[in-house]
Amino acid sequence: MSVQPFEKVVEQHGGTVLRVCRVLVGRHDAEDAWSETFLAAMRAYPDLPETANIEAWLVTIAHRKAIDVLRTRKRQPTPVEEVPEAPTAFGVPGAADGDLWQAVRALPEKQRQAVAYHYVAGLPYAEIAAILGGTADAARRAAADGVRNLRKNYPGAIEQGAPS
Amino acid sequence: MNVAPDFASSPSDAGTLEKLRLRLGQAADAEGLLDIAYTTVDSPVGTLLLAATPKGLVRVAYDIEGHDRVLETLSKRISPRVLRAPKRLDAAARELDEYFGRRRQAFDLPLDLSLSRGFRQLVQRHLPEIGYGQTRTYGQVAALVGNPKAVRAVGTACATNPLPLVVPCHRVLRSDGTPGGYAGGPEAKVTLLRLEGAR
Repeated sequence: MSVQPFEKVVEQHGGTVLRVCRVLVGRHDAEDAWSETFLAAMRAYPDLPETANIEAWLVTIAHRKAIDVLRTRKRQPTPVEEVPEAPTAFGVPGAADGDLWQAVRALPEKQRQAVAYHYVAGLPYAEIAAILGGTADAARRAAADGVRNLRKNYPGAIEQGAPS
Repeated sequence: MNVAPDFASSPSDAGTLEKLRLRLGQAADAEGLLDIAYTTVDSPVGTLLLAATPKGLVRVAYDIEGHDRVLETLSKRISPRVLRAPKRLDAAARELDEYFGRRRQAFDLPLDLSLSRGFRQLVQRHLPEIGYGQTRTYGQVAALVGNPKAVRAVGTACATNPLPLVVPCHRVLRSDGTPGGYAGGPEAKVTLLRLEGAR
């Protein structure tokens, strides 16, 4: 059983989960996905084994919640009376990183997920394979393809080292 | 070396996360998941940690007890579903503020005494009978709970009081009139006795 107060989990991983959610569902819906993720995590937390990798566990929950959020979006389009400040849920016109979010949005789902879990959450490919299904090699290829597509469509992408 | 676009955090994340954490506390409370809510308040005897279960106030802790350690103990002994969620502590914070401002002499808060058992809990239940500005000796409290020989056990019950201030163990002194030990340190005990005009 977990003994660390849940507040510490939110404190340590809240930022990473928010960035993962942004890549998965866009900036606009990321807050809903974050809330659903941590509420579900808090429900299950007392039964989590003490040795569990908490970040991988949270990302697994975020993965499911993001799929739910996107499904709900498809079924229920945004109400019209809510005047959108951005043309899409991802892009913020004029924002420096607007193009990046458009490029992320354009990625095929698996690539977007693999990029989020590897480059944002820093999970190893074996963990990502457990979340996405398939092999670690397939997860590695999806992440690599995703990054190649991003660099093609988002020239502002900057180079940085990331855990392999 | 891998090459990836930059998904680093932006400065506005701190504000967003703060808002999301507050919202999480409210949602968890509404769903019955907030087993322990806590907050911290400033006081003349240092920063106090206040923690409550849905039943009531369960812990008041002084800075010198180590708030992180206190939260870990709550997590182990009651539930790890612990969040900083000040709303549940609003009444306790207000009453303490009134107490330190000399506008309140007794606390009127639901308490959860589940951190203590047996004789210790019995003693802690009786301590509020010692009124504001009054003091008793450990021996007198032992007599009060019907066990006049249990002076040492009364000392332990006071020392392990999970709700100092609200359950007024600071009003129990040694038979020679010296303050004796206190969770918040001897200085805090004297400060409270002076505040109440007992010194």
